[in-house]
Amino acid sequence: MFILVGVLGIIAIVQAVRVFEISARVKGDDENKVSDKDNRTQGLLLLLFLFFFLGAFAWMVYSWDSVILPKAASLHGADIDSLWAISMGVIIVAFLVTQPLLFGFSFLFRGSKKRRAVYMEHNNKLELFWTGVPAVVLAGLILYGLTTWSETMNPSPEDEPLVVEVYGYQFNWKARYSGTDNKLGYANVRLIEGVNQLGLDVNDVSSLDDKVTNVLHLPVDRPVMLKFRAQDVIHSAYMPHFRVQMNAVPGTETQFQFEPTMTTAEMRQDPEVIEKVKNINELRSAQGKDPYEFDYMLLCNKICGSAHYNMNMKVVVQTQEQFDKWLQEQKSFAETL
Amino acid sequence: MEAHAHHKENFITKYIFSTDHKMISKQFLITGVVMGIVGVIMSLLFRLQLAWPNQEWPIMEALLGKWAPDGVMDPNMYLALVTIHGTIMVFFVLTAGLSGTFSNLLIPLQIGARDMASGFINMLSYWFFFVSSVIMLSSLFVESGPAAAGWTVYPPLSALPEAMPGSGMGMTLWLVSMTFFIVSSLLGALNYIVTVLNLRTKGMSMTRLPLTIWAFFVTAIIGVLSFPVLFSAALLLLFDRSLGTSFYLSDIMVAGEVLQNQGGSPVLYQHLFWFLGHPEVYIILLPALGISSEVISTNARKPIFGYRAMVGSILAIAFLSFIVWGHHMFVTGMNPFLGSVFTFTTLLIAIPSAVKAFNYITTLWKGNLRLTPAMLFSIGLVSTFITGGLTGLILGDSALDINVHDTYFVVAHFHIVMGLSAIFGLFAGVYHWFPKMFGRKMNKTLGYLHFWVTFICAYGVFFPMHFLGMAGLPRRYYTNTAVPMFDDLTNINVLISYFAILGGVAQVVFLWNFFYNAVRGRKAEQNPWQSNTLEWTTPVEHIHGNWPGELPEVHRWPYDYSKPGMEEDFVPQTVPLTEKEMQTGH
Repeated sequence: MFILVGVLGIIAIVQAVRVFEISARVKGDDENKVSDKDNRTQGLLLLLFLFFFLGAFAWMVYSWDSVILPKAASLHGADIDSLWAISMGVIIVAFLVTQPLLFGFSFLFRGSKKRRAVYMEHNNKLELFWTGVPAVVLAGLILYGLTTWSETMNPSPEDEPLVVEVYGYQFNWKARYSGTDNKLGYANVRLIEGVNQLGLDVNDVSSLDDKVTNVLHLPVDRPVMLKFRAQDVIHSAYMPHFRVQMNAVPGTETQFQFEPTMTTAEMRQDPEVIEKVKNINELRSAQGKDPYEFDYMLLCNKICGSAHYNMNMKVVVQTQEQFDKWLQEQKSFAETL
Repeated sequence: MEAHAHHKENFITKYIFSTDHKMISKQFLITGVVMGIVGVIMSLLFRLQLAWPNQEWPIMEALLGKWAPDGVMDPNMYLALVTIHGTIMVFFVLTAGLSGTFSNLLIPLQIGARDMASGFINMLSYWFFFVSSVIMLSSLFVESGPAAAGWTVYPPLSALPEAMPGSGMGMTLWLVSMTFFIVSSLLGALNYIVTVLNLRTKGMSMTRLPLTIWAFFVTAIIGVLSFPVLFSAALLLLFDRSLGTSFYLSDIMVAGEVLQNQGGSPVLYQHLFWFLGHPEVYIILLPALGISSEVISTNARKPIFGYRAMVGSILAIAFLSFIVWGHHMFVTGMNPFLGSVFTFTTLLIAIPSAVKAFNYITTLWKGNLRLTPAMLFSIGLVSTFITGGLTGLILGDSALDINVHDTYFVVAHFHIVMGLSAIFGLFAGVYHWFPKMFGRKMNKTLGYLHFWVTFICAYGVFFPMHFLGMAGLPRRYYTNTAVPMFDDLTNINVLISYFAILGGVAQVVFLWNFFYNAVRGRKAEQNPWQSNTLEWTTPVEHIHGNWPGELPEVHRWPYDYSKPGMEEDFVPQTVPLTEKEMQTGH
């Protein structure tokens, strides 16, 4: 059915095209010369496109505002959001200056046999101006960007973060807590055996109190250092709500330190989140699906195989007391052996 | 060179194993168009899947067979399609199809040479490309499917057949195909460089070269310096796959087996890959920018504004393109200080890019714009170059990249700035030089129709993707229905797919206009656009050696359009300076 519609559509286009061609040919010799009339029509279309383009841009910004991520739920994430806002501001200003100039000039200076273009090779003052302005703006953006990057990636060692390992394999994630000694025991894929899914070293004392879980629980307002390991191929731990992303690379340990600032419960009360959840649930109920409740997510964001799209782990941020209670209930590595 | 005019041609030496740059250029173009059709059809298939997941499409089963049981695409096939779509578009269409076509056509014609420095090497360049294309397409038919680890084929995923079906035979064929492709690319690029340096006609100094030639020349240099690095990356990957080495592999357990590999680093591959991969962006983009410079100046009837600044920014972009590759790797866990350095160098590229954009816009100012289809595509190119380039300020900034890395924001960015700009440059070049290539004209009305549908659909497809990225949607997801937080993105995906299908179908208009008029089109006159450059002084019917008599002599730069004191609004490069010009030095 679809093939038929497609084929018919294409035949219709080709036929219409033929009619165009033949009628053009009947009209006379200059069928492919661009006339003043063409310049007027195309110039006008370029101008109309500009209005359409800017209108569509405004419409998208307005109507898709609710689909974009809510404000950051982490300390460094708030800095990234400010940097984002300023960079986006610069970009939108540049966009709104250059596109109207481009399409506006295309319309204003559309050709005519009566006119002649102005001969102008270059203008050093102008060129210096538009080399200088981007250079100054960029210097500001680079400085601001590098400061934010440096603060994000080089957290103070005095923070004494909670150390948690995030372990990726085809196609799921596990979290490993360091237990009472706050020290992750040695692990290697070569030691994987039976229930010891993460390859912990049974001879390493600091392994024994480690706790392996299927959900990543984090206490609020406390720095957490995530250490990443991968079993088979590269995965990437992407936690969009916290503005956190780091690859998990086989053979190498990577890390990312950050501090969650909102519990899952608090985030569910956030007006932006409430609106987004409401929109999603309207769509879901129309399809007869269960209602959705907001949760932080850790998504795989590096192509890793057939179920890449379905490789994720729920993240729960809770108060320190709730977190301690939850961790208490988890079995240690020694207990699972 | 005189011997050329006498040697006999038969069908095979004229159309197949031709050493004439004009024929080789057509071979590159037509192969590129065929590969482009394959690449676009693939993208339409995965757009169907993304917008209407799990819907049964008879066309899928017809085309994909066992990879789409009951008309629903298999996740492995989805990954294979995005991989081969990317590979084909980046390398086969926008590198070989664009650069191969126009460098071959225009370098000898615009510098006043009889042919390339080595016609034989030029022929080899095409045939290596042809073999490479055949191997790449043949990988679609192997039992375990084509390569599927993304067009960047990162190991370990691409190194381990156990990790996904696409990393089996399909991946080997991918590597072999790319090896042939790299050889083709190097043979072509060396030829372009030597030809531009040595075979310029009398009077054609470097500062009188059209910007097209500057762009092709610098592109060739970038290619020669970066493609060998991809070759070494591919070779080491081949060793890891077949010979048990551990360049990229360490501490891996896959499919329940621990591998013996120890000590390698997957990140090493990424460094090698992106050392080509980033310059590759400019290998694709610069020829398109060169083409649009020429098309815009000719059709604005005005000199290109700031010729020297344009050349300078091409050189600056080329230099910077070699020291920014790390911005693809901000979240691989590399040293944060290194990230800072790459952020700095990356954002610097915005300066020469801004210069180019402003110079294009100023060239339009007070021009007498002849809005041909080629001109429209060039204006479209400037628009996408700006729109896509601007979001580079976000992605090049390591701190901001953390949250949009590998999301649809990236997909939007590179498709607009590199994909659309380059494909618009390709279209502009085809519409503009079609009379030179085939001695015939394309239909103008169809050209307009093609431009408008393509331009609107192109933005319609890629602009909304920024919002998907800002919603945190990762790229290369078979479907976003597995994660409820993305459920409100389905409508946007449907909108994008409608634009994609309409835009894809619109290309039929172009194909018809192209192939029909290549054979049956109205004969073109010698200089249909009243252009200054040398290619329009050659006869309409192609001859070996390009010019029937002496080579033309060049007396001026190529941009004397609407020069005061001149009767016509163009002055070809072969016209000697007038007395007044000699006195004023202009």
